[in-house]
Amino acid sequence: MDDLACQELVELATEYLEGALGAEQRARLEHHLSHCDGCHAHLGQLRAVVRAAEALPEERLSVAAEDELVAAFRAWAAGG
Amino acid sequence: VGERALVARLRSGDEAAFRELVAAHGSALLRLALIYSPSRAVAEEVVQETWIAVLRAIDGFEGRASLRTWISRILVNAARRRAGLEARSVPFSALGGDDEPAVDPAWFQREGPHAGHWARFPVDPSTLPEERLLGAEIRERVQGAIAELRTPQREVFVLRDVEGWPGHEVSELLEITPGHQRVLLHRARNRVRRAIEDLL
Repeated sequence: MDDLACQELVELATEYLEGALGAEQRARLEHHLSHCDGCHAHLGQLRAVVRAAEALPEERLSVAAEDELVAAFRAWAAGG
Repeated sequence: VGERALVARLRSGDEAAFRELVAAHGSALLRLALIYSPSRAVAEEVVQETWIAVLRAIDGFEGRASLRTWISRILVNAARRRAGLEARSVPFSALGGDDEPAVDPAWFQREGPHAGHWARFPVDPSTLPEERLLGAEIRERVQGAIAELRTPQREVFVLRDVEGWPGHEVSELLEITPGHQRVLLHRARNRVRRAIEDLL
């Protein structure tokens, strides 16, 4: 049943995590994952990447640039 | 519905509405602008120009795409033009030479009955404390890896994983197919993963 090599699984990992695999392929992959600690760990690493990425601090314009922007808005609003 | 009200307030010259929009989308726009810009100063200029273009065009906003997709498209087109890139995204074939494996082949057994299976297991980060995963060391590696990504991979990674946009909105903005979007995401995630795997 499990003819999926780990080296093949890692190439399907994003399709799997994004919910883009067909039912049959997903079942095959999940069966493999259920008994392969290495692939399970690999998916954990990808989830860790996503977690670290979404936690990056926000970027913000410099105060000067933001002030200029508000001034530009006021000029636009006044000019109609 | 909330979006339509915000657009109406903006059209009427409501400064609070403008500030709300800048607060909501400013970070994503700056992250996108940084992809194409040679310096942070240029990226900030691109963001300023984008907002001014948004104000000039807001009367024509029809709500066919979400407001953030519409604003981001203005930015991406302006920034790509400025960087001398085609405003439309490059065809997939032009990305060439980008089919690197997700995991270095050295991690796998090359022959024998278990060829293609792990030669040694990667570290499972599930026991890694959250404060370490989100700490300065890993954060700096992640930021460095993102900065090194090729442009198409970086666009997708920033929107999908850093900003958390749904995949369909990312492909809509970048005018690429959902499948292509996932291929780029796959390459990008694994590049970032390889940059931090020794810290997990």
